[in-house]
Amino acid sequence: MIYSAKITIHLKKGMLDPEAQAIRHALQNLGFATQNLSSARLFEIGIEAKSADSAHKEAEKMCERLLANPVIHDYTIEVRE
Amino acid sequence: MRFAVIQFGGSNCDLDTQYICEEICGVDTDLIWYKDGIKNDYDAIIIPGGFSYGDYLRSGAIAAKTDIMQDIQSHASNGGLVLGICNGAQIGCETGLIEGIFTRNRYPKFISKPVCLRVENNISPFTSIYQKGEVIHIPIAHKDGRYVAPKDVTSRLNKNNQIALRFCDQNGNVNEESNPNGSKENITGVLNRDMNVMVMMPHPERASEMLLGSEDGLKIFKSMVSYSEKM
Repeated sequence: MIYSAKITIHLKKGMLDPEAQAIRHALQNLGFATQNLSSARLFEIGIEAKSADSAHKEAEKMCERLLANPVIHDYTIEVRE
Repeated sequence: MRFAVIQFGGSNCDLDTQYICEEICGVDTDLIWYKDGIKNDYDAIIIPGGFSYGDYLRSGAIAAKTDIMQDIQSHASNGGLVLGICNGAQIGCETGLIEGIFTRNRYPKFISKPVCLRVENNISPFTSIYQKGEVIHIPIAHKDGRYVAPKDVTSRLNKNNQIALRFCDQNGNVNEESNPNGSKENITGVLNRDMNVMVMMPHPERASEMLLGSEDGLKIFKSMVSYSEKM
């Protein structure tokens, strides 16, 4: 079965996010009041697997080996059919 | 003695680096396309600057996962020298040759300018010709050059004398004002534990002839030559 893995890579709490700061600044210039702003990267990956669990494990390996860098990133994975 | 300079899709300081090794230092230096792998023995392998794979995903992340990096890791674990410059430094960190990561500058713009660096370690094969504490002038050119590592890692790097270069002012003071990109503790040159691998964001190949305004970077290459001669 083909599962769809939605992988969100975000900076660890407390990590400086210069781009998010710049975007927040630009929103402020447009008159939007924001309390905070963080950015993240989203990957949607189709994975053929026997079960949702094994698709999840495969997505986790992808994060560990390439998609995220553990020095600065955390990630979340959602798998659906 | 023979050096190698690796070429990935998007490397663009490869020829400058080869030129300095061959024409200025007199070392035969092969250019190696990453798909060809490392087939010969080299005294030193240099991963040059550029924008491998368009900096997609993270700077250096995609090049770090190519097969040739396994050859380079083997070369390093056998004691061979590896120097990563700019994009090469990012690749070196992404590969795990050096701890930490070079990521987006504190102010997220591309900075290209000469900077002052303080030589913190002059006992490595890359820095032996410098004086300890010497202030040198080498340009930087990057947007992803902010060094980040957990506190326990930087403590260990400091303790083991693995910090090679820090951003400083003209007088060698390491402070916030002389830190162009927000790097942790102004760190911009890092060695591995055995000191046979070094990564640095500044471009020594762009400061190796007086014609370019400084030859302070030449001592990096000459240190490597001097080390290789003794081996």
